[in-house]
Amino acid sequence: MPSAAAGYAGIRTESKNLSVFQEGIRDGIPIAMGYFAVSFSLGIAAAASGLTPFQGFLSSILCHASAGEYAGFSIIGAGASYLEMALLIFVANARYLLMSLAESQRMAPGTPLGVRSFFSFFLTDELFAINMARPGYLSPYYTLGNILTASPCWAFGTALGCMAGDLLPLRLTSALGVALYGMFLAVIIPQAKESRLMAGLIVITFALSCACQFLPGISSLSEGTRVIIITVAVSSLAAYFFPRKVQEPEREPAASAKEEPACKEA
Amino acid sequence: MSTNTYIYILVMAAVTFFIRFMPILLTNGRIKSPFIQSFLYYVPTVTLAAMTVPSIIRATQSPIAGAAALAAGAAAAWRGKGLFVTAIICCATVFLLELILV
Repeated sequence: MPSAAAGYAGIRTESKNLSVFQEGIRDGIPIAMGYFAVSFSLGIAAAASGLTPFQGFLSSILCHASAGEYAGFSIIGAGASYLEMALLIFVANARYLLMSLAESQRMAPGTPLGVRSFFSFFLTDELFAINMARPGYLSPYYTLGNILTASPCWAFGTALGCMAGDLLPLRLTSALGVALYGMFLAVIIPQAKESRLMAGLIVITFALSCACQFLPGISSLSEGTRVIIITVAVSSLAAYFFPRKVQEPEREPAASAKEEPACKEA
Repeated sequence: MSTNTYIYILVMAAVTFFIRFMPILLTNGRIKSPFIQSFLYYVPTVTLAAMTVPSIIRATQSPIAGAAALAAGAAAAWRGKGLFVTAIICCATVFLLELILV
């Protein structure tokens, strides 16, 4: 976006942060829609486990994790021990260990601990996807924009699901439920277009992921665990056979702001 | 054993945050190993691909609508549509198809 105040470095930075923040809000909208649908059904599960709408809201605003929260609600419903809760949540969310590690490599050097914990508190599959799709270092302004749009939808969706149960027509929940996957596609497919290697990896992953639904042994694992196994297997093979040149991984954020090929649209 | 829902929620939140924060806390700086660098470069794409398929087909009432959403979304993304437009196209595909199918 051309800035009227281009002559003043300070103002330019400020307006750049503002426009990055606005992009964050814009890209947060499809996430918010998808979140609303998913968290609504999560709220129904929460109510079935005896949670009040407030408790559902609290869980969602503190955790931002669909599979994890779902697992947690089943523990609450069963009245199992706190230790079981901790273990199950660990397993259900273990894929975030990988994502967090990947994100750590994209943070500007010297990012303060507070900002790091801010990023990790809001590390969800969807925010990970859109943040990692941007060039340069992660921007807290962009993430903040996403969060302000998506997080309330997630939390209030859960509370509404607790209260309203099956008020939202199934047709609508079903349609909204694919919004998140549509976003994932919008992140990965352009990479396939740019690099044949990525295209190959995506196709292999799709095939492997479908196969794992049926393979004996693996198919009985939780979905989260399967995602981890597939990710580790495919990524390490790709890293072994197609290592990338060691380099400073990111361009200066100032330089990348001019290009932003992925953000031209909409 | 008497349990408290708020303690459950607290345990849930603490473990969730722990998982997301530990790797960031422990790897303060760039990882030098070319293998791990490459590995982490591939992780985001692969993990999102694994999460999308086959889940998108199972998320809808009719698996056909889910599969159609996958095709429509991939085509839209290939043609350079952004996050929002691609997501809308997927939703609309499911909604319209399920009017007929379900």
